[in-house]
Amino acid sequence: MSTAELTGDLRSRVRPDRVHGSLYTDPDVYARELERIWYSTWVYVGHTSEVPQPNDYVRKHIGPQQVVLTRDRTGAIHVLHNRCSHRGNLVCDADRGNSSSFRCPYHGWTFANTGELLGFPFNQGYGGAQAKERLSGLGAAPRVESYRGFVFASLAAEGPTLREHLGAAAERIDQLCRLSPEGEVELTAGWVRHEVTANWKMLVENETDGYHPQFVHSSIFSISGSGIGALYSDKSTAVTRALGGGHSENDLSPEFRRLGVPMGWSGTPESKIPDYAAAMRATYGAETGDEIMINGSPHVMIFPNLFIAEIQLFVIQPVAVDRTVQHVTAIQFAGAPDLNRRLVTQCVGSVGPAGMLLADDAEMYERNQRGVAQRQPEWLDLSRGLARERTDEHGFTVGTATDETSMRAMWAHYLTLMDPA
Amino acid sequence: MTAAAQHIVDGTPAPQEHTAAPGDPIPLAEAEAFLYREARLADAWELEAWEALWTDDATYYVPVDDSADPRTTMSIIFDNRNRIATRIKQLRTGKRHAQRPLSRLCRSVTNVEVLDHEGGDTVVTSVVQVLESRDRGSTWWVGRVTHRLRRVDGAVRMAAKKVVLVDSDRALPSMSFLL
Repeated sequence: MSTAELTGDLRSRVRPDRVHGSLYTDPDVYARELERIWYSTWVYVGHTSEVPQPNDYVRKHIGPQQVVLTRDRTGAIHVLHNRCSHRGNLVCDADRGNSSSFRCPYHGWTFANTGELLGFPFNQGYGGAQAKERLSGLGAAPRVESYRGFVFASLAAEGPTLREHLGAAAERIDQLCRLSPEGEVELTAGWVRHEVTANWKMLVENETDGYHPQFVHSSIFSISGSGIGALYSDKSTAVTRALGGGHSENDLSPEFRRLGVPMGWSGTPESKIPDYAAAMRATYGAETGDEIMINGSPHVMIFPNLFIAEIQLFVIQPVAVDRTVQHVTAIQFAGAPDLNRRLVTQCVGSVGPAGMLLADDAEMYERNQRGVAQRQPEWLDLSRGLARERTDEHGFTVGTATDETSMRAMWAHYLTLMDPA
Repeated sequence: MTAAAQHIVDGTPAPQEHTAAPGDPIPLAEAEAFLYREARLADAWELEAWEALWTDDATYYVPVDDSADPRTTMSIIFDNRNRIATRIKQLRTGKRHAQRPLSRLCRSVTNVEVLDHEGGDTVVTSVVQVLESRDRGSTWWVGRVTHRLRRVDGAVRMAAKKVVLVDSDRALPSMSFLL
């Protein structure tokens, strides 16, 4: 099939064992993705720990859309479009702050942090204050829900609930929260923002691609004595699992259980974080506490934009068909100050523009993006492990640590959104 | 080549014409010469020579938010001496993909001032502008730099380097060279 023969029918471009390169470069495909994925399904926006007090706010994004995540004076969470209802000016400038209202700098229109229009100067021009009834407030995401502090929004008024959207991925958030002696994650370490010249799906696919680490990250694995490479080898007992809904994980816990050492997954021996280990055993009991610390943290991609990678959390933001920003922070566990400092240090070394891991991933995304612009052979191969996939006891499709099970599942879900049968 | 010229070219300690004690302030001209040499070594990917400029207790810091505590807040780079060594080792493997091929670099260091002398270290501020050329395109990196310089065994070394990029809090492309 030549590119000229491709039609609007996306099903012709996504096959069980391959996808067409134009899916990463076609502006029409990107425009449809914004409408049918980013502005329709549940998208991760932020965490309640980023707006802990009444009237706190923080600027966030849903793809290229700028939004403000607010907590009103009653404690309720809102996701508001950063756009004045008068002339379209941006109403919120600061990255974060505390305010019960936002005032547009252009003509002084004022909005509550619920989005409600509060005032418009010289209101006789509108027939008086009662004009408020017919004038608009700030646009607001029609559906905002949170799961264990993780706030998601949908710009569609109707659709599956957040719990339906998360499905089994919710258990991975539970797994993460259990690593806190207080059962809560806090995203309080600030953000590094890394921009790559690549389509957003290059990042999503890479996040649970267990085939690349041995190659892309061999430089750092070889000099740091890291055991991560072995987790993604042909001999690894780790698995790649499709969790449904386009979500997927590299489940490394079989390897961590084989190791059997509390905190073995983290690279930080328990002896260096005695307060944390004691708090975990005090909260969960010695046996369960050890089990949680042995099993480790999830490595899960929650479609389309939240990637939890053991100790760090990434938020993927498409800003153009070939440009994506990856926002990253170190995960912080409530009640674990000694562990948290180590996580910041470890995370800063690994991620972001200068990160000893992520700069190399970014190089791959960008090389891929330049590569798929070349004409032949048109398709990207997705067949790795297709013949050895199995269904596990929970009904999930599972491949080995290095199989492309996660990508195939992502694309299958993608089609259900982009081109419903 | 005179000994003084040799010192400028490769950092060979110049013969002591006067006896500078280890804790004495480092004069502006000497600080400038050090900064220019550091810039040249980084541009030319002279990794070992660049690494040798650091003291044993060094920190190399590129903040997102210069007012934040780097021990509890995300930074672009926050390396102790061990991590500086790891960074150099990674580049030397030849498999640091973000630097295959190596970026072509040219930087200027300007606005050099000696600001302070504290605890035996001389605090020097400057402005750096780097043009980085890669396949992805060229990137212009500009920042305000603070060095803590210290005389160790007669030679100037850096105990700390902080680079506050003008656009440190924005989304940045990969920055895998030595800033």
